[in-house]
Amino acid sequence: MADASKTYDPGHHPDLKPPSSAVGFVAWIYHNLFSSWLNAIMTVGAVYLLYLFTPPLFQWLFFDADWVGDTREACSREGACWVYIIFWFKQLMYGRYPDAELWRINSAYVLLVVTMIPLFIPSFRWKQWLGIFLLFGYPIIAFYLFVGGSFGLPHVETSLWGGLFLTLVIAIVGIVAALPIGIVLALGRRSDMPIVKALCIGFIELWRGVPLITVLFMASVMFPLFMPEGVNFDKLLRALIAVMLFSAAYMAEVVRGGLQAIPKGQYEGAQALGLPYWKVTGLIVLPQALKLVIPGIDNTFIGLFKDTTLVLIIGLFDFLGMAQLVGTNPDWVGFRIEGYVFVGALFWVFCFSMSRYSQHLEKKLHTGH
Amino acid sequence: MAADAREGIAPTKPPIWNDRRYRAVFYQVLVLAGVLLAGAYIVNNTLNNMESRGIASGFGFLSKTAGFSIDVHLIDYKEENSYGRAFVVSLINTLLVAAVGIVITTILGFLVGIARLSPNWLISKLATVYIELLRNIPLLLQIFFWYFAVLRILPSPRQSHVAFDGIFLNIRGLFTPKPIFEQGFSTIVIAFFVAVVGAFFMVRWARKRQEETGKQFPKFLASAALLLSFPIVAAVFSGFPLSWEIPKLVGFNFTGGIRMIPEFVALVFALSTYTASFIAEIVRAGILSVSQGQTEAASALGLRRSQTLRLIIIPQALRVIIPPLTSQYLNLTKNSSLAAAIAYPDIVLVFAGTALMQTGQAVEIIAITMAVYLTISLVISGLMNWYNKHMALVER
Repeated sequence: MADASKTYDPGHHPDLKPPSSAVGFVAWIYHNLFSSWLNAIMTVGAVYLLYLFTPPLFQWLFFDADWVGDTREACSREGACWVYIIFWFKQLMYGRYPDAELWRINSAYVLLVVTMIPLFIPSFRWKQWLGIFLLFGYPIIAFYLFVGGSFGLPHVETSLWGGLFLTLVIAIVGIVAALPIGIVLALGRRSDMPIVKALCIGFIELWRGVPLITVLFMASVMFPLFMPEGVNFDKLLRALIAVMLFSAAYMAEVVRGGLQAIPKGQYEGAQALGLPYWKVTGLIVLPQALKLVIPGIDNTFIGLFKDTTLVLIIGLFDFLGMAQLVGTNPDWVGFRIEGYVFVGALFWVFCFSMSRYSQHLEKKLHTGH
Repeated sequence: MAADAREGIAPTKPPIWNDRRYRAVFYQVLVLAGVLLAGAYIVNNTLNNMESRGIASGFGFLSKTAGFSIDVHLIDYKEENSYGRAFVVSLINTLLVAAVGIVITTILGFLVGIARLSPNWLISKLATVYIELLRNIPLLLQIFFWYFAVLRILPSPRQSHVAFDGIFLNIRGLFTPKPIFEQGFSTIVIAFFVAVVGAFFMVRWARKRQEETGKQFPKFLASAALLLSFPIVAAVFSGFPLSWEIPKLVGFNFTGGIRMIPEFVALVFALSTYTASFIAEIVRAGILSVSQGQTEAASALGLRRSQTLRLIIIPQALRVIIPPLTSQYLNLTKNSSLAAAIAYPDIVLVFAGTALMQTGQAVEIIAITMAVYLTISLVISGLMNWYNKHMALVER
């Protein structure tokens, strides 16, 4: 096109193609992998490490793995024994919940998903009502479905609950109950009243300063002492209260961050309109502050979701606890790794997608200038 | 007329229940009374329960004989020692895990964080995979994985994995050579401290000279030379008073050297790799927070690349990095309590576990355990706040 021997009027030279060293596959490799000696060495080292570890990993995970069968003997090959996971799938998902009643858990899941789908449709108009149903109506229905005991549903002891189901119950109840307590604590921490402020700071810092395990231990050995004689405390309820107290303290700090980010003019403007404290807070400050901290709440939830695994230490069989338990089954010795990989993969999918969603929300809710 | 009208709407004193100050007092009294009542109710119930179950109260149990053994003890401990002694031993074990973990996780976290910013595409993607993989999987699961799935299936001592002819890894744990300090080792330590003091004064002198004359002095190289040469010279003169005790296979197990039990190795490994994934993100955010203009201005002033990094970027990045880094250190310390799940004898397992089962004094023991973690948290965050103040921007 552009002939070197030809002359052009100034300003009329046709655009030249970029040199081949600046575009294309080779240039990309050069700039991103071999731009200097050090980079070249690191690239070669990394490729070697990948070559060393990736093929055996995939061999183990997929190509050499056993997929079909229902006994231990089906696992004769070198790779992973997914038969083990398939065999124990029900326990890993629902714990020891009676077979005949599993439809109750499943229908609660379905109801949750079905009511949540419209929340993700931007043009759906009755989101508030759906939200109110999810917060107040759904828990009652789910509680009745899970526990039963009246209207024809047989009662199911909480000691039979387990697996992923129990993990979800603890995480969701923990976070939903923690939010209102956290808001109250955060407001109290910013209050002008010294006694209220001191109590809130003391409460928040106490729980934030100690590990969740000690809180769970406290709940399991001290709560029974706190109650009048004869009152028997459900083990799951104790764990739930512990998780709630613990995450409320973290939630309070997240909400406080949001409250601090609201400019003073908002408070003053609302007060100038003659609004009393609770209206200033409820109508002006909290809606803005909570919107700011949605990603923070999401992160707290991810942290709490991972931390629910600790309940196995006080003897509840959550998802990981169930994997530990079936790993000790004498008929299936030696497949712990498969259990951990399965549990880890599910946790990873949950947490990773939640953190991606929170990043997406952060972008979407950013209405600043 | 006007004066009358003004008088007509003159503010009347509000009734006492509408006065903000009285209201505040009233609410606070109400809250305090509620909290005190609830507290009294709980204390009363607890006392009744303890009496009916025959549980002793008070801290007298601390001087009674514990009667259980602890696998790992840095200070002397025997079964006939007291609960108090067991408490100290387990506290030291907790601090040991936290200290080793913090050192490893800091190094690893900074490496991964910098790798994530590397211009090398492959390296930065590998760092991303590391971060996203580890931080989205529960820590307890990772501890179980390293302990049950990796360390528990290691070979017996006879078929140990060997590195450098002195480090052995097998089902009994990790065995490393142990330094033996012989007579005269103190000269090396003294020489080192002399070198530290010398380097300190040299740096002060160099800075003063640079401020007065503008001449630079190779501070870093000179101090490194000082710190290395003094101990080496001292070692030569005192005849190398340091030897290594290498673990030896005797019968079915190794003797000599330092033995780290598998529980310790798994715990430290899981804690530091998990926390490093968070620290890496903090480091990356910190470095990215220093604007490009700073780098450009520095090179416009004629600073070299290494100087830009050391004098311009790192000090500003540290300001952003340190506060969240502190909370990661705190998290690591608190997470070390997961030791209880794989039976590493830390304070939760020994004290809130075994000692609580034996004495039944739940209230005292849980209170002590919580107080320990609260104290550690307060000390670490206090130290870090002090350092942070030291590093923070001085604003007008």
